[in-house]
Amino acid sequence: MSNQALPRPRFNAPEPEREQKAALKVEASTKPLLQGKVSEIPDAVFGWAMRLCGLAVVALLGLIVYQLVVGSQLSWHAFGWKFFWQSDWNPVSDQYGALPFIYGTIVSSLLALIIAVPLSLGVAVFITEMCPTGLRGILSFTTELLAAIPSVVYGLWAIFVLVPILRQYVQPFLAKTLGWTGLFSGPPYGIGMLAAGVILAIMIIPIISSITREVLTVVPQHQREAALALGATRWEMIRMGVLRNARAGIVGAIILGLGRALGETMAVTMVIGNRPEIAKSLFAPGYTMASVLANEFTEATGDLYLSALIEIGLALFFVTIVVNALARLMVWSVTRGQPSRSIA
Amino acid sequence: MGPRTSIPQASIPPISLRRRVTDHVMTGISVLTVLLVLVPLFAIFAYLVYKGIGSINIAFLTQTPKPVGEPGGGMANAIVGSMVILGIASLLGVPLGIGAGIFLSEYGRNRYGDIVRFVSDVLNGVPSIVIGIVAYGLVVMRQKHFSALAGGVALAIMMIPTIARTTEQMLLLVPQAIREAAYGIGVSRWRTTLSITLRTATSGVITGVMLAFARVAGETAPLLFTAFGNQYWNWKTDQPTAALSLQIFTYAISPFDEWHRQAWAGALVLIVLIVAAVAAVRIAVRHGTLAGA
Repeated sequence: MSNQALPRPRFNAPEPEREQKAALKVEASTKPLLQGKVSEIPDAVFGWAMRLCGLAVVALLGLIVYQLVVGSQLSWHAFGWKFFWQSDWNPVSDQYGALPFIYGTIVSSLLALIIAVPLSLGVAVFITEMCPTGLRGILSFTTELLAAIPSVVYGLWAIFVLVPILRQYVQPFLAKTLGWTGLFSGPPYGIGMLAAGVILAIMIIPIISSITREVLTVVPQHQREAALALGATRWEMIRMGVLRNARAGIVGAIILGLGRALGETMAVTMVIGNRPEIAKSLFAPGYTMASVLANEFTEATGDLYLSALIEIGLALFFVTIVVNALARLMVWSVTRGQPSRSIA
Repeated sequence: MGPRTSIPQASIPPISLRRRVTDHVMTGISVLTVLLVLVPLFAIFAYLVYKGIGSINIAFLTQTPKPVGEPGGGMANAIVGSMVILGIASLLGVPLGIGAGIFLSEYGRNRYGDIVRFVSDVLNGVPSIVIGIVAYGLVVMRQKHFSALAGGVALAIMMIPTIARTTEQMLLLVPQAIREAAYGIGVSRWRTTLSITLRTATSGVITGVMLAFARVAGETAPLLFTAFGNQYWNWKTDQPTAALSLQIFTYAISPFDEWHRQAWAGALVLIVLIVAAVAAVRIAVRHGTLAGA
């Protein structure tokens, strides 16, 4: 989430009271203002209390890792690495393999990226390079409003609006034109991998476009002027002067969007169909790592079942951490040295 | 003598048709993407208001859910439950987050601060469902049952990194000279931090807190196996508690039209409550009630 909306705080530092001011003047003329030693104990206590708060943040991460690792021990000992490439998920026979969920997570997230990246780049380029100034604020605000809608509301909308549209218009069309690829075959339920990808795309567009926008704004103005002076058209200026310079940051923004898509739970759970199968067609229902946790965690009866679910959580945690750290480094490499504006 | 050298003429070749067309086409595509992105936004809001308004009535706001098949009923217990869970989350998360923010800005301009900064950014990216698992292990496993407390803990974990980072940024905006002025008249460091630095940045810090609040207020995933949900009134923080977002989820995936209607109403109420809470605090800040006494 971008913190751009934060206003610059008003500096309303307290004014000393008038009488106090007067008192200060009088005292200053007669005797030294400060008497005795200022105790250093409260300062030390406060300093350490604040350091403790900082430490708590690090401890929190440790706690998360600890909980996940301890919780998944049972499953880890039972299946080892096999857990991640076996596709059999059967609570009845206590056989657990996470492959269908990993597959579903990757496919739905990639699908979301394929849809969202061109759209968000277009929006970011329009807002920073082409948009009249008056419209700029309104557009940034509206795209960021998309980020404020709770995930469950996206899911609700997807079930009752998006899925019927996909079923009636989009899927028959795709089946007719691109059905030969095998990616768009089978009965058009509406619900399935395609729906999950589309709703995820709608959800990550604000993230990718707002960070891309920040990255584009820090590209030095003289790069644009140089390109224009060489006779470039506006698009050539954007392509050569702006986008090329911001490449690393844009990739970072995309990966950050990917990180969000990988961990997104509710909206996906509501439309993906929740069936642990690996199907080539995007019309078929699927399942993601986050959705299986959402659906089965409270119903997990056996210890091994619960442990297997926690191991999926652990895997999801590690993947998103790696993806996020990578993205942040890439965004930092572009915006570093610029007046600090947060990229969250 | 010698041959006359011709003065080179700066000649700009006309921009070729191909380049001009490309320019226009790309501009067109860019405008098109903006329209394409705005369509779902408006569609979601329009649908929410259109479907929600028709289903909100007094019963919805004052009654508990009715069993399947019986018309009527509402989400009153879920609205209150959400408030309880968010209250617990704020109680735990806000002081810790602001404390961590103070550490980062006043004590953490060094390597340790960098570590905390990086970790809080990483925490920000942890999927909310994973936070739910952690809160389950921490609270639910110990208490042996689902509770509002567990839900509050999960949401607090999500609030802390956001609050820490925005508080840090807001405190860094306070000019160093103000701190030095306080030190100069003999005010101790802790007093300066609390009464001068933090107070100067109050409105920014509170905005950051509200941002974090708004972000977790609609969260569903971490509440699934912590607060769990409840069909009845519950006032105990150690018992399963209903939450608005959970109720929306349950109703949305149910096969009953009546429940679908209520899910839309719930979604509208949820968004209105979030916006109202944020607006109320902002107005309070503007009018000085919270700006420190």
